[in-house]
Amino acid sequence: MKVKLLFFAGLREQLGTAGEEIELPAAVNTVAALRTHLLGRGERWQSALGEARLVRTAVNQDMVQSTARIKAGDEVAFFPPVTGG
Amino acid sequence: MKVSVQTADFDLSSEVKALAEKNTNIGAVASFVGVVREVAMTLEHYPAMTEAAIRKIVEEAKSRWEVMDCTVIHRYGELQPSDQIVLVAVASAHRGDAFAACEFIMDYLKTRAPFWKKEHRAEGARWVEARASDDDAAERWAGKVG
Repeated sequence: MKVKLLFFAGLREQLGTAGEEIELPAAVNTVAALRTHLLGRGERWQSALGEARLVRTAVNQDMVQSTARIKAGDEVAFFPPVTGG
Repeated sequence: MKVSVQTADFDLSSEVKALAEKNTNIGAVASFVGVVREVAMTLEHYPAMTEAAIRKIVEEAKSRWEVMDCTVIHRYGELQPSDQIVLVAVASAHRGDAFAACEFIMDYLKTRAPFWKKEHRAEGARWVEARASDDDAAERWAGKVG
């Protein structure tokens, strides 16, 4: 299935991309599974999204826990803890 | 409810006046203005999500206190020291609800609205790290009713 990935702030800079469309295996159907899937892309992804990093996720513009399901067509955004206000 | 995410500055007194004039039952407007401290910064946000996230926070405040109306303005882009960043103004019949809801909205904005600050210091630019104390400030409202 296809989902849209977005990256913001420090994560965007570290990964060198603001986002992309990605084709996922059907088994990758939660936020946690997607994050693990992306770690397979190599060192840069591991240092940006590895377990040691605090990463927040929004699915379809709604902040969610890592157990949240994802489905085809979703917009999944990864970003560092927010620092507005 | 007025929610605006913008690059332009805002005027506190005209925003408060506009709120207070809307309804003659309003007896209190509590407002908070956040200001850039010390260094210039760039504020990035997640355009498709930001306004909806702020509206959700305001709805949560409305479910807890008697909020008659509310204005939230958050700026993004390039900001200089002493520039205004954020305005939260809450109108209510009485001050207790206005004060509490205003503080609640600010605390939740700090941890739930998708903004990120990058400071431009002499030694280089760096992303501001989230503070555990901000999480604590938002957490203390959990389970509290009114």
